[in-house]
Amino acid sequence: MLTIINTLSLAFIIIGLFFMVVGAVGLVRLPDFYTRAHASGKCDTLGEGMMLIGFMLYEGFSLIAVKLLLLVLFIFISSPTAVHALVNAAHARGVVPWKKGDERR
Amino acid sequence: MYDIFYASMIILILTVFLCLYRVLAGPGVENRLIAVNTIGTKTIVLLVLIGFIYERPIFLDIAIIYAMINFIATIAIAKYLKRGCLC
Repeated sequence: MLTIINTLSLAFIIIGLFFMVVGAVGLVRLPDFYTRAHASGKCDTLGEGMMLIGFMLYEGFSLIAVKLLLLVLFIFISSPTAVHALVNAAHARGVVPWKKGDERR
Repeated sequence: MYDIFYASMIILILTVFLCLYRVLAGPGVENRLIAVNTIGTKTIVLLVLIGFIYERPIFLDIAIIYAMINFIATIAIAKYLKRGCLC
């Protein structure tokens, strides 16, 4: 029983780590601001949520798990909102989206 | 299990250096801002990992406060970029 929960938390942590690495590589390699915002916003939210759920399963039922659950809920609401505000500000300042055939910006 | 925690800490620190390249070399203000936001969300996981490895649960409170400060700073800077003032 204990081993099953530990294996499950290990799987959650490794999948979350994979998503965070993919988000960072997309932040370096993609050609435009909007595509970088896409990679950063989605992959960070999902990876961080899965890593914290893995820590919650490892910890068990205690006060630490409640704090981690609050952190997951706050990140799940606030991180896409911050990225949306940044993209809205960039669109209002006149950053042109990238089309196929343009150079990297 | 603690080996996994140390390994994920090392991988996250390498990921932070990948984002730091975008902060230093990115053209314009917006690329730098979104890279700083990404570094902030990785730092929250690093703080929780430090709290688990050294067995100090007080780092979870620091992680919650860091998440709130990161969100508020990003919203404030985005509003300043859009309007030109903080009104």
